[in-house]
Amino acid sequence: MSKQYETVIGLEVHVELATKTKIFCSCSTEFGGAPNTHTCPVCTGMPGSLPVLNKQVVEYAIAVGLATNCTITQNCKFDRKNYFYPDNPQNYQISQLYLPICRNGSVEIETEEGKKSIGIHEIHMEEDAGKLIHDDWDDCSLVDFNRSGVPLIEIVSEPDMRSAEEVIAYLEKLRMIIQYLGASDCKLNEGSMRADVNLSVRELGAEEFGTRTEMKNLNSFKAIARAIESERERQIDLLESGEEVIQETRRWDDTKEYSYAMRSKEDAQDYRYFPDPDLVPVVISDEWLEEVRKRQPELRDEKMARYAKEYEIPEYDISIITSSKHLADIFEETVAICNNPKKVSNWLMVETMRLLKEHDMEPEDIRFSPANLAKLIELAESKVINSSVAKEVFEKVFDEDINPEEYVEKHGLKAVNDEGALRATIEKIVEANPQSVEDYRNGKKKAIGFLVGQTMKEMKGKADPGMINQILTDILEG
Amino acid sequence: MANIISDETIEYVGILAKLELSEEEKEQAKKDMGSMLDYIDKLNELDTSAVEPMSHVFPVHNIFREDVVVNGDDRENILKNAPEQKDGSFEVPKTVE
Ligand SMILES: [Zn+2]
Repeated sequence: MSKQYETVIGLEVHVELATKTKIFCSCSTEFGGAPNTHTCPVCTGMPGSLPVLNKQVVEYAIAVGLATNCTITQNCKFDRKNYFYPDNPQNYQISQLYLPICRNGSVEIETEEGKKSIGIHEIHMEEDAGKLIHDDWDDCSLVDFNRSGVPLIEIVSEPDMRSAEEVIAYLEKLRMIIQYLGASDCKLNEGSMRADVNLSVRELGAEEFGTRTEMKNLNSFKAIARAIESERERQIDLLESGEEVIQETRRWDDTKEYSYAMRSKEDAQDYRYFPDPDLVPVVISDEWLEEVRKRQPELRDEKMARYAKEYEIPEYDISIITSSKHLADIFEETVAICNNPKKVSNWLMVETMRLLKEHDMEPEDIRFSPANLAKLIELAESKVINSSVAKEVFEKVFDEDINPEEYVEKHGLKAVNDEGALRATIEKIVEANPQSVEDYRNGKKKAIGFLVGQTMKEMKGKADPGMINQILTDILEG
Repeated sequence: MANIISDETIEYVGILAKLELSEEEKEQAKKDMGSMLDYIDKLNELDTSAVEPMSHVFPVHNIFREDVVVNGDDRENILKNAPEQKDGSFEVPKTVE
């Protein structure tokens, strides 16, 4: 019988904090500026420049720590991690090794076997590096320091996960908590959330951990799942053929679905950490901690419980809507205007989800205003527009956040609710299509569909399908 | 000298510091480092088990900045520090991961 293996996974998750300025200088963190337009002597590592800590970074880190059941290190400080690379202008990264701000936390995930607690070893604050662009033309590299000094927290889990499913559940949970706190938008595809996977395998039942590797460059949940599967296979193959797993950092290439070792042994990873003398210790008093605790917003689990009590919508809808803080905000704001939770939920669950999928967008990318969704719902509910027109107008709301009232008015989309006019049109259609009428009367009830279609076409889509059906049946049966 | 620095160590430290040392410089560095470690050994004779490690000379803490953007685009001046520049960026020898 072949051996059974267990996969042991721990995660290092980097999250870019949603501050307006960098961690140690007053440069903007805004994304997408022209190269080096958000830089100063501090974030380009000029001699003599001095870092000054952004208070908001500490507050976000405390907030995330509290929400993940960590102990906050009330006397913490920063250390220098020394290494040479052109994206790191100081030749050291300011990070925290000895006294990270949060320790010993945990989050609960749902697995097939029920709830499971994943331990958080620590969370520390640090700065991001610059970006290197390789210029093949001139055979050189170009450095853009706009991202240099952008605040990050690194969340280091315990090696508590055993499968890709658990890893993704854990990441989803972290993302949800951090998004709800407003501490980051946590977009994997844009790099505001990055996960490095530490993975080892061992024979089922073994006490000792196997040798682990670290996998980098994972930009989506799918890539993470594929990389875990591939690395598990690779390590098992090595062990099965009597070879050893080498402790190393590997880079995942998602298009090739293959990983390769990143650093050779010559580049020893010896970071020679030491306390940063330019930054004084951070002392977090009980009062400060209490202040942050009081400001903690409603997190997802609490929100789900409240929705179940406050709104009459299915549990499934609640879980989808609260799966994005942004979506939940839109839901609540729209309901506050139109007071129709069921309909708001429907529009979000069906049409919004469909369009998001079609455009390959995340709920966070939704740009329409609750006011315009509320207006659309009112137009549809009061039958000013029929359901197919409503869907059409919603697409415009979704794409361009148009005002549905003005749009309907301008394009003459109001439903024709004048029964007399509709009946006249239907009579004309019936007269013009004797074959369908005969089919219907001979028992082919489906023939009515054609007549409804013809009427709708004649009315340019603005009639109420229910009303057409009713009048048609009246005439045909009469 | 109680601490003897080996050739491997000096080689390794050289790699970490990105320094290329001549044979003479290596010998000198070995001597310097040995005597530094001797001095540390001397300090280690003191019993510091009851002393909080100190990372800063001044008894100051919590120096913060509010999260307000103050710096504007100063690329022109920043790039004056670049040995070479191209397309608004610092130009460096090609790096490959
Ligand atoms: Zn700066």
